[in-house]
Formats: sequence, structure tokens, C-alpha cells
Amino acid sequence: MKAASSGKGKKAKTDATEEIWNLRLYVAGQTPKSITAFANLKKICEEHLAGKYRIEVIDLLKNPQLAKGDQIVAIPTLVRKLPEPLKKIIGDLANTERVMVGLDIRSVS
Amino acid sequence: MVKAKHDVDSLAKCPTGIKGLDEITKGGLPRGRPTLICGGAGSGKTLFAMEFLMRGAMDYGEPGVFMTFEETPADLAKNFISLGFDIQDMMSRGLIAMDHVKIDRNEIEETGEYDLEGLFIRLGSAIDSIGAKRVVLDTIEALFAGLSNAGIIRAELRRLFHWLKDRGMTAIVTGERGDKLLTRYGLEEYVADCVIFLDFRIDEQISTRRLRIVKYRGSSHGSDEYPFLIDESGLSILPITSLGLDYPVSSERISTGIPKLDTMLGEKGFYRGSTILVSGTAGTGKTSLAATFAEAACRRGERCLYFAFEESPNQIIRNMGSIGIDLARWVKKGLLRFHSARPSLYGLEMHLLTFHKVIKEFNPQVFIVDPISNLSAAGTQAEIKSILTRLLDYLKMKNISAFLTDLTHFTGSLEHTSEEVSSLIDTWLLLRDIELNGERNRGLYILKSRGMAHSNQIQEFLLSNEGIGLIDIYTGSGEVLTGSARAAQDAGEKASELASRREADRRLREQERKRNALETKIAALRAEFDAETQEVHLMAEEEQKRQAVQVEDRLEMAHLRKGKPSVPPAKHSKKKRERRVK
Repeated sequence: MKAASSGKGKKAKTDATEEIWNLRLYVAGQTPKSITAFANLKKICEEHLAGKYRIEVIDLLKNPQLAKGDQIVAIPTLVRKLPEPLKKIIGDLANTERVMVGLDIRSVS
Repeated sequence: MVKAKHDVDSLAKCPTGIKGLDEITKGGLPRGRPTLICGGAGSGKTLFAMEFLMRGAMDYGEPGVFMTFEETPADLAKNFISLGFDIQDMMSRGLIAMDHVKIDRNEIEETGEYDLEGLFIRLGSAIDSIGAKRVVLDTIEALFAGLSNAGIIRAELRRLFHWLKDRGMTAIVTGERGDKLLTRYGLEEYVADCVIFLDFRIDEQISTRRLRIVKYRGSSHGSDEYPFLIDESGLSILPITSLGLDYPVSSERISTGIPKLDTMLGEKGFYRGSTILVSGTAGTGKTSLAATFAEAACRRGERCLYFAFEESPNQIIRNMGSIGIDLARWVKKGLLRFHSARPSLYGLEMHLLTFHKVIKEFNPQVFIVDPISNLSAAGTQAEIKSILTRLLDYLKMKNISAFLTDLTHFTGSLEHTSEEVSSLIDTWLLLRDIELNGERNRGLYILKSRGMAHSNQIQEFLLSNEGIGLIDIYTGSGEVLTGSARAAQDAGEKASELASRREADRRLREQERKRNALETKIAALRAEFDAETQEVHLMAEEEQKRQAVQVEDRLEMAHLRKGKPSVPPAKHSKKKRERRVK
């Protein structure tokens, strides 16, 4: 998932009032589920959070010690670091509706 | 059975270091395989798992990973410090790694497919960080509560256990007890090699923890329910079968404290390290015997541990003072320690543990339980027997002389202990009442004493302010007498003895008199005889004289007749002689 590491979708057009959405996607190697999850996430973000999100993809195979910090059990796991509170969505993010509920995006947009 | 091939080398066992468990599992848990520990809330699962890890790290050089799904590491550390496990210290020394997996359903949304690779990675990294050989997952069932897709969890658990096996981890997985299954989520389905069930039960207000090995593939194991205890030193299982009969024995003899009793026991007393039982009905002097034995031990400079189930230490000290035994002095010297508790205070297992603990602390040479019969308040007969067997085996192993008293009841035979422990006893003294002539006396005899010649005599057992005395009881004329009857009999015997002595004297004197009389008679007879003899002599003399005279006469006659001195004159002379004699 080279796209993931390079494509930390920085559309940093920060509004004074709105925070940057800091999202972290935990994966373990380039599994089909991880690739699907990243693609789905990217799509949702582009649609609803264009310009104010940041996706950080963490490959636990490379940095296993990071799993502890965010209490990662399932792969893939998407963590909304910001805005608070912390939210987690596990799975390949195929159900856009549920991802948006999980991330609480609708209220923002 | 493709798996059977793996089983060949999986028979290697991993010692847990938990007291007693390695004996009943014949070596420990299956090495390189997961074991399921299941049980209800508070049954000791986490403690079991933690002790397995800590002992592995401390005693067997096998670092371990503790993955907790429920309690936080801080809480665990706090809980286990009281059991002597310093988790923080072990972690800083790289012997234990901890990972707290927290799954909060509220902050997790599930969309689509996922797997639990994150858990694998965390576990893998923890294992690698310290080179762990042991793993604990406590309790992985939390996954079912935290995640909703049970299908995925089950598949992943199956994968996880295979993965652990592949990595050669000896793992413990804990699981909450379920209604129909052993565990609520059927974990036993995945962990098929070894399943241990912990139970926490309350019978008649007394709680007992029990452990049972439900399954141990490829190994024989004890199949009973084993009571176990949790205390400051962790978990201990005390299986009856865990102690062998191969302890060394001592041939040293120790005094009973009563010289006469020593004499009865082959002149020397008990064997050191033997088990002595004193049984008897109420008030026969069991405690006094125990106290005497305790005092004798202290006099030898030995330490004596006295478990009193009936009386308080002060009461025993006071009472024994009345028979001249000063126990307080030994308590002060630190040679005698009392341990008083009501038997019903806690369960039998706890009693056994208390015994073990205090014995370990105090390291006595003599151990007294007064009385064991009171333990029946705390358990069933079979349990008591099992407890006592284990206790006595333990004492034997440590070469501690055990002195037990047993209160027998009036019903049934005296040669019967209420706890059915007679076969465990080496020397058995029986105290009994002997009721006779309106008084009650105590008798003592040796019912058995293994490995020594011992007296078969009943002794009268006297308690005075100078201690215990044993007196031969009266056994003459085909009856057995004690107490005042014995004294009376003794006195009567003395009187009759005197009388018969007098009679003998009298007879002697009479005989003497008879002899004297006889001698007098003999003397008289002899005198008579002498007199007769004298007369006979006189007569003989006279005859001689007469004959001499006759000869003279004949000569004279011949002289007168001149030449005819033959027959006629003889005839004539005879007549003449007769005439002369007259």
C-alpha cells in the first residue's frame, strides 16, 4: 500500500473554526482487507471531509509496539484521534453509512 | 488422529511451580500447548494463571507474557503484591511482560470484515520483547463481549491457539464458567489438550475451593477433585496422593515425659517422627498426657507446636499447672507455641494450610493436636481422613513427631477413632475409665506401637500435683482392680500374708517342740535300754560265777567219789545245781 504511506491525504486547508480530522488507520501488511479499508476511507473522506482530514496509516508489522497505545485488537482499525472523543471503527469500512455514524461525520458536514 | 503425532513430543510437561499441581498432573501443564482454566467468578483463575507465570519466570527461567483483558496491570500489580509477587519488579527485570487489552464496545463501530491480527501482533511483540515461553490470556472471552461478530472471533481464536502452538508457547487461557458448557463461550472447543476446572463451593457455611482436571490429552492425571487454598503464598493444592510413602525414618527414641510409660514402650519411649494417638473418653487425661509430652520435648530443647481446638492456651497453662507442669516457662522461652482456634472457624483445607504454614514458620520437632476429633465439626469424615493423611505424611516427611489426641464417645468400641485414622498411627495409647466399687479410675494401655516391644499391661493412670504417675494395677486372683479397690486388695493381701507368716512360725515352733519331745523320748528309751543292758550283764556275770562254782563242785565231787567222775555224777550234779540255784 504505497499509496497509503505517501498519500497521507493532506488537504490542509485549515479553517479557524474547524479542526483537522486526524484519522489513523491501523493495518498489518498489505492484505486485501487493508487495501479495501484504505480505499473506502479515502473515498468517504474526500466526499465529506475534503480538505480537513489527515490519514495516517500505521503498519503494525513494521511498528508492532504502536498497537498497544491505541488498544488495537482487530485489523483493520480506524481510529479518530481528532476531534475528540476518540472513536474506533473496525472492519474494511465497506458500509459507508456506518463509517459515517462511527466517525460522527454527518453532524459536522 | 493426525494430531496424535504432535502429541508424542507434546508429552513434555511444563512445571507450574504451583504447590501440588505438578504432582497431580504428573509434571505440569502440556508444554507448548494451551491449557484452559475455567471456573466461576472468584474461583482463582487469574491467580492460578499469574502464579504459573511468576513461578515460571522466577523458578524455571521461563519469562512470560500476561495479557489481561479485564483488570488493568496497575490493579493486578496491586492485587498480587499481597501474594508476594512483585509484578513491577519482574517487569523491569524483563521476566514478565504485560499487555492490557481493552475493548470498549461503546467506542467501537464495526463495519465489514476484519480479523484480530492486531491481537496477534501485540502478543507476538510482547513475546519477542522478553523471549517469553509462557503466555496467559485472562480472559480472552472479553472479546465476545467487546466485539459483536462471534463468527470472526471463533475463527480467530482457533487461529490464535494454533499460532501459540506453532510458537511453542505454554499458554493458559482462562474462561468464565458457563451454564451448559464448561465456559460461557465454549472455549474448551478450541483448547482441547488440557482443561482444568476451578470450583468455589460453600457447604454448611464453610467454603472450599476445589480443582479438577477435566481433561489432559496424552497424559494420565489425578481425576479427583482436589481442594486448594489461596493464601499469602499463593495457591496450594494438597492432593492426598501427592505425598509418597518414601520418607526417611528415624530410629531415635524420645521420651514420653513419663518414665514408666517409656519403660512400657520398649524402655525408651516413642520413635522420633512417629505418629502417636491418644484416644479416650472425656476426662481421661488426654490433654495432660499431651502437655507432659510437650514439656518433655521442651526440656530436651526442642520446639513444640501445640494446636488446641478445645481450650485457650491460658486455660491449658493454668490447668496443667495444677498437675505440676509449668508450660508458661517454655512459652516464654519460645520453645512452645500454642495455636488455638475453634475448628469451625474455617474449613478443613484452611486448617491444613494453617498447620502447614505454622509448621513452616516455627519448624517444630514435636507437633500436638488436641484433639483431632473436634475437626469433625469442620468437615465430613472422609475429608478429615484425607486432611489428616496429608498432614501426617507431611509431618513424617519432616521427621516431626506428631501427638494427636482423640476424644472417643461412649458409644461404640474404644478401639475406634472417630476419624478412622488408626491405620496412620504408629503408637496408639488408649486411656479408659475403669469403674469399680463406686469409683472411677483411669487406665492406660498401649494398643499398638509399631516397631518396638511394648508392654501389654494396663496401667493405672494417676494425676497428682506432681504430674502423671503410672501404677501397675492389681491383677492377682483373676481380677483387675484399681484405685481404692486395688489399695484395699493390697492391704488385705498384706494382712493375709502376715497371718500366713505367723501360721508358718507357729508350725515351726510346734515342730521344734515335737522334735524336743521326741528327743526326750529317745533319751528315756536309751536309758531303759541301758538299764536292761546292765541287768543282762549282771546276769551273765552271775552265770559265770555259778558255772565257776559248779565246776568247783564237780571237781569236789569227783574228788569225793574218786574215779567215777563221768555221766551219772553229771546228772546228779545237774539236779544238784538246780537245787542250788533255787
